[in-house]
Amino acid sequence: MTTFLTFTVIGIVSGAVYAIVATGLVVTYTTTGVFNFAHGAVAMFAAFSYWQMTQSWGWNSLLALVVVLFIEAPLLALFVEETYMRRLYGATVVRSLMVSLGLLLILVGLAQAIWPAEQRSLPEFFAGHTVSLFNVVITYHQVIVVIVAILIAIGLRIYLRQVRSGIAMRAVVDDPDLLAMAGASPRRVARSGWILGFFLAALAGILISPELQVQGLDINFLTLLVVNGYAAAIVGRLRNLPWTFAGGIALGLAEAYATGYLPGHIPVNLVSEISVLTPVVFLFVALLVVPSSRLRAVGRLTVATPPRVASLVESIRGSVLFVAIAVGATFVLGGSMIGSVTQGLALGIVALSLILVTGYAGQVSLCQLTFMGIGAFVMSKVASGGASWWGLIIGVLVCAAVGAIVSLPALRLQGLYLALATLAFAQAAYYGFFSNISFIPQGGAVPVGRLSIPGISTSGDKAYMVFVAVAFVLCAIGVLAIRRSVWGRRLVALNDSPAAFATLGMSPQLSKMLVFAASAALAGIGGVLYAGQPLALNANDVQMFASLELVLFVTIFGIRTVTGAALGGLAAALLPLASSHLPWWGTGLTGVAAGVGISLMANVPDGVLGVPWLVRNVRIPGISPRRAPSIEAVQGA
Amino acid sequence: MRTPPLTTAPPLVLSGVRAAYGRIEVVHGVDLSVPAGSVFALLGPNGAGKSTLLKVISGRMRQTAGTVAIGDIDLKRPTPAALAKLGVCAIPEGRGVFPNLTVRDNLLIWSYQGVSASKVEEIAYERFPKLKERRRQLAGTLSGGEQQMLAIARALAGDPKVLLLDELSMGLAPLVVAELYELVGQIASRGVTVVLVEQFVTMAVEVATDAAIMLHGAIHATGSPQEMGAMAAQAYLADGGA
Repeated sequence: MTTFLTFTVIGIVSGAVYAIVATGLVVTYTTTGVFNFAHGAVAMFAAFSYWQMTQSWGWNSLLALVVVLFIEAPLLALFVEETYMRRLYGATVVRSLMVSLGLLLILVGLAQAIWPAEQRSLPEFFAGHTVSLFNVVITYHQVIVVIVAILIAIGLRIYLRQVRSGIAMRAVVDDPDLLAMAGASPRRVARSGWILGFFLAALAGILISPELQVQGLDINFLTLLVVNGYAAAIVGRLRNLPWTFAGGIALGLAEAYATGYLPGHIPVNLVSEISVLTPVVFLFVALLVVPSSRLRAVGRLTVATPPRVASLVESIRGSVLFVAIAVGATFVLGGSMIGSVTQGLALGIVALSLILVTGYAGQVSLCQLTFMGIGAFVMSKVASGGASWWGLIIGVLVCAAVGAIVSLPALRLQGLYLALATLAFAQAAYYGFFSNISFIPQGGAVPVGRLSIPGISTSGDKAYMVFVAVAFVLCAIGVLAIRRSVWGRRLVALNDSPAAFATLGMSPQLSKMLVFAASAALAGIGGVLYAGQPLALNANDVQMFASLELVLFVTIFGIRTVTGAALGGLAAALLPLASSHLPWWGTGLTGVAAGVGISLMANVPDGVLGVPWLVRNVRIPGISPRRAPSIEAVQGA
Repeated sequence: MRTPPLTTAPPLVLSGVRAAYGRIEVVHGVDLSVPAGSVFALLGPNGAGKSTLLKVISGRMRQTAGTVAIGDIDLKRPTPAALAKLGVCAIPEGRGVFPNLTVRDNLLIWSYQGVSASKVEEIAYERFPKLKERRRQLAGTLSGGEQQMLAIARALAGDPKVLLLDELSMGLAPLVVAELYELVGQIASRGVTVVLVEQFVTMAVEVATDAAIMLHGAIHATGSPQEMGAMAAQAYLADGGA
């Protein structure tokens, strides 16, 4: 019984932390309409700032607390609102997700640049003071965390439901114009929402950090701790604060009990991952259990005009040009560059899978690199570390099967909630499989060979690059053919209006499952080719952050065009190469570049390739769409 | 804007107002005079530019040329918020409610106009007891007529001096429309300048004291509501055949 009580107390304390994080997420979502993936990154940035002030500069804790919570967090919120989020009001769910992911990468990149990796830790408030409850020793800091969580939940509930300015914060998401007609300034109200959200994130970061005795202050860990917040926030259906609080506590308890009682009943290698996997499983289950009709999105959706789809002749012409450029590049590029471009082209194939599932069908998937990893892993097992066409076929089939299974939540989820489910899957696959020593030896890699065609050797890096370029254009032609087909039109119709789609007698569920399976299969092909370059698959290649970066780069260049996929894949592979040649501050460059790029592109639905000036003035034969006839010409006809 | 709130119903004077969506001009130099305390019906078919003109008057859209004067205040670049504080209440086309807020929350938002929250609720529930029953319900789940009642309730509670109504009857049953227009008449009798944009001519001319027909982005004719009502059918048909 004492053991049970011990774990219960531990669970409530960590649950209170999750509740604070989740409350901040819910408040930001209900007052701005943006689900802020960067919430954890803001918490991380605030915790590191607090560490800098108190531990490095020796400031008084109270002074540092005031500076971080009441100066830094609000200023950062205002900066982000002004430069980033202001243009997002009324944007699609996909774009607002992408922009907040961009912000996450910027903050992580900046933190990596400012605070190089070393062991850091923050002391607790009132360190050394404890109380005992059911024979469990609890620190004053932990008591403070629980009290603050309760006060925040009650205080915000009252503020957002009873106070005029709090109600206005929720109203501005619904209709800023109408709010203005009621006499309030929508901009001022929206800014207040962001400030409140960032304040709560900063508070959570500072309160959580002293509890991380094992990891210490860790950029990635703190940023991803927000996944726990997502799980609790979903229990509160992203709007109900008391339920969100309950979700936080339930998650804390689930984690504590799992840590206490599961070892001995599960594989030894998974024991160390319990704390990471519990929130992911919790999130997945919460997404499946909370009635989907209650998972309403706030804010409005807008639909952008889709880009014109190239005809078969145009896509073949563009492909020939593309392969010719790739062949030419092999004469110009140096050794390491050849390798990175080849991997970029393979990532381009993975990016094509995103075009299919997200660009055409509108289903946000943040786990495409997981499918890539599965494809490469299966190839390695089937071909015993080498490569064979049977390995590719089986790999593709396995990916398609896993894709269909992952799509099961998608049958009832869409937009933000689907994104969260795929994110949870990516995290679970990384911690439970790819980084698990049972499957991939620690620090090692899975050996994967290079595919080749009889008579043509791909053992040379240059030949392999051309081989992958040809594979890319074949996949691109296939994706464009799908888009032109009846099924492709159905996917776009599904994206436009699932309700109208169903009334036409078609099954949205089956279409979603098929598109997930097809895109996973395509990502698997990309994975086999990607791992073939360095002749191995590394667990780090399929990290969730890498998946996010790829999604962002493809979005920057255009998530509805195959050219966007090619450029997005290349950017995702080449920027790390560029940053590796820079000093220590270059580590975060890729993330910052992706983040800045996405913020610049926030208003252009089709990314860089959709920038009106480029569309009008830059012509790429076979790639650029035909010019639309002018209104005058149509009227004259 | 530091202009003090209006204390009496002001006249509205529009001179040479032009408005455009991008390069496409939809209002081509409108001159219009709405007498103080009148109920002015702006009639016309779809695409005539009526709603655009109302957007300009309510500050939701900036005119490309011309002036809008409310009483003796010449509004250069008014914001909807500033106009609301002045006493101008605009109810936009397609239900002016926040669908994801409860009925009560919707009413509390209007307390921005200087009326206490409890007063807003008291006035709204007294006139619309049904809203009191549904005060915890999300506004987006109310019927079309109930949503329009909620929107009108704020006009009652906010004590405006100018009321701008855009297509009040859109998508509603005739009985509901009749009830709403009866209410507009009551509000107008308290000394409010009302501009209503409407396609549903019959109801509009019953409460209006003045009217105009708008066609192709310009004022086609002005006169008594009855004259304009009679002329409207002819003008619409002529427009439809053009």
